[in-house]
Amino acid sequence: MEYIYLDHAATAPMDQRVIEAMTPVMTEVFGNPSSVHSFGRKARLYLDEARRTMAGSIQANEKEIVFTSGGTEADNLAMIGTAMANKEKGNHIITTVQEHHAALHTAEFLEEQGFDVTYLPVDETGRVSVDELNDALTDETILVSVMYVNNETGMIQPIETIGNLLKNHQAYFHTDAVQAFGLLDIDVKESGIDLLTVSSHKINGPKGIGFLYVSKDVKIEALQFGGEQERKRRPGTENVAAIAGFQKAVELVMAEKEERKQTYMNYKEQFMEKLSENGIEYYVNGNLEQAVAAILNLSFPGTNVESLLTNFDLDRMAASSGSACTAGSVEPSHVLSAMYDDNNERTTNSIRFSFGSSNTPENVSEAAERVAKIVKRAAN
Amino acid sequence: MKDKQNTRVVVGMSGGVDSSVAALLLKEEGYDVVGIFMKNWDDTDENGVCTATEDYDDVVRVCNQLDIPYFAVNFEKQYWDKVFTYFLDEYKAGRTPNPDVMCNKEIKFKAFLEHAMSLGADYLATGHYAQVRENDGKYEMLRGIDDNKDQTYFLNQLSHDVLEKVMFPLGHLDKREVREIAKEHDLVTASKKDSTGICFIGERNFKEFLSEYLPAQPGQMKTLDGKEKGRHDGLMYYTIGQRQGLGIGGSGEPWFVVGKNLDENILYVDQGFDNDKLYSDGLIASDVNWINNIPDESFSCTAKFRYRQKDSAVTVTKMENGKVHVEFAEKQRAITPGQAVVFYNSEVCLGGGTIDDIIKDDYYLDYVG
Repeated sequence: MEYIYLDHAATAPMDQRVIEAMTPVMTEVFGNPSSVHSFGRKARLYLDEARRTMAGSIQANEKEIVFTSGGTEADNLAMIGTAMANKEKGNHIITTVQEHHAALHTAEFLEEQGFDVTYLPVDETGRVSVDELNDALTDETILVSVMYVNNETGMIQPIETIGNLLKNHQAYFHTDAVQAFGLLDIDVKESGIDLLTVSSHKINGPKGIGFLYVSKDVKIEALQFGGEQERKRRPGTENVAAIAGFQKAVELVMAEKEERKQTYMNYKEQFMEKLSENGIEYYVNGNLEQAVAAILNLSFPGTNVESLLTNFDLDRMAASSGSACTAGSVEPSHVLSAMYDDNNERTTNSIRFSFGSSNTPENVSEAAERVAKIVKRAAN
Repeated sequence: MKDKQNTRVVVGMSGGVDSSVAALLLKEEGYDVVGIFMKNWDDTDENGVCTATEDYDDVVRVCNQLDIPYFAVNFEKQYWDKVFTYFLDEYKAGRTPNPDVMCNKEIKFKAFLEHAMSLGADYLATGHYAQVRENDGKYEMLRGIDDNKDQTYFLNQLSHDVLEKVMFPLGHLDKREVREIAKEHDLVTASKKDSTGICFIGERNFKEFLSEYLPAQPGQMKTLDGKEKGRHDGLMYYTIGQRQGLGIGGSGEPWFVVGKNLDENILYVDQGFDNDKLYSDGLIASDVNWINNIPDESFSCTAKFRYRQKDSAVTVTKMENGKVHVEFAEKQRAITPGQAVVFYNSEVCLGGGTIDDIIKDDYYLDYVG
């Protein structure tokens, strides 16, 4: 039986072209980009070019790109770095209850450090309300952090509206765009975004690399100390090979964005159709109109996540749920809990399918057949 | 019969050496083995580390060594409802419960078995020291070869239909051999210490643990003829035949718990290990499970009244409502209400029940429980 991967929102396989872009860097370019000799200059060249590509992908200036080890570090740097640097302007931070843990737990950390944090609710479709955000804003607010696209439901948040709202407010606007990048057109200037997080491995690049866009107008403190790299905002010798691979992945995703969107949308429709044909009862968490093409979160009444995911895996199929079940501890998805409520059965019977580069119309169809078979067995 | 390659066996893996070796043996035999870790209790140690996480890490490492898939499943709610609630209720009633028997009955060989079956398993295997024997479609449970480790006592509530779906790969081995196999294969759990005591209490102080859940009511310690001998910390902390922790000084033979009076909150004590008050000649057991139907209304067999005890000859007479009367061939010391009585015919475990009443000279020993 063929292994089928439907978990691209967790991580995606590296594109062969990315590997080809990285290989010569690993074999030939070992210099330290900070060194003032030809070896260093050669490495520096890769770094500069990559930075230009990153900036171009979100309409930013290359001086505004800070390479990090990935999305988690970028979120930490964005939130802690600006909160600490702007304490004198106020003590209030706004975020939402459905952020990725990289942002949510950072907000909780800041709360422990004495900041007031407002966690905005989301509606039943998994969207945050701009009105409620407006109501929560005070003169003390220094940072608003709202994810671009939710990683569990794929629901696109009203980022441009929030950005516009904040244009006349002192608060910086940070958005974690890890699940949006490559699927949506992002323009940080137009959208009034001050800080934006991107990760490489979600777009078929290598793991361990990402970037934070930091608008030139933002006052930010570093979280670690050392050399002058990344304009002191993120010291440490750069991972040049990973950055080169990341660059390639960004180039590819920019060039193929529309095509990928259409393909994933087709997969999504095909997948649901197949389930319906098999008589499977399911409900979409969120909605189809305001979600990105790659993510589909479905609730299967009468089933439970643990058993479904185990069955999927034994049938050589990978998907996931927002509920963490490490070592058997089941924490219901905080995202679905926020949308419905803690006791709603959707929090324990929902699966996230995420489509991507390893899918084909054939394996998506095959996967739907396998899912249907398992759900049928489990729901009885 | 399906061939082994197409026979899926889910192994309940605890992160200990026994279940590790059980999985290894099945894998070597060629079965389609799936390792599953069960989380039944939420526990965090003094450093904030969840003890289950540590055990699960060992499951992960062993499964990777064996190249089998591994998963975890959570039965905290079921365990609380079916095992822990029973455990507390029994203590409240002044009895000494056996949560391992209940866990096997309600969790491992019920909820977990159902989970395994929902994963397309043909069998559930565990690292218990017991054996299943099939005879013409009839399934029997036999003692483990290792006399010292035999765990049929804890498995007495398993039904025939459950045994049909169960494998005990360690039943024909002794513990030393199991350790050796683990070492030979360099399993990371080869030298891991065996867990002791009740699983959810672990190494902690039992008294402290229980006091977190049940209010302790200190009261008087008396002899059966009414002499005051001091104070007790709460009846639930004592079990019949116990010597430790009474704190009665003076001369003469040591003191033992011989009974409890729940209504008046009195702990009965008396002197001497072999004190006559500790002895009885029969018992009534309830919730009796017979693995295979026994047509006789009355029959002779052997029985164990606690784990790792030698068998004693008994005569069993069936009563109404799944109860039995058990008559001892020789007087027994410190039979304890709440514990299991388990019946054997030579190597075959016939089943068992819960000890309710203690009998001596045709009278119920009211003072015991």
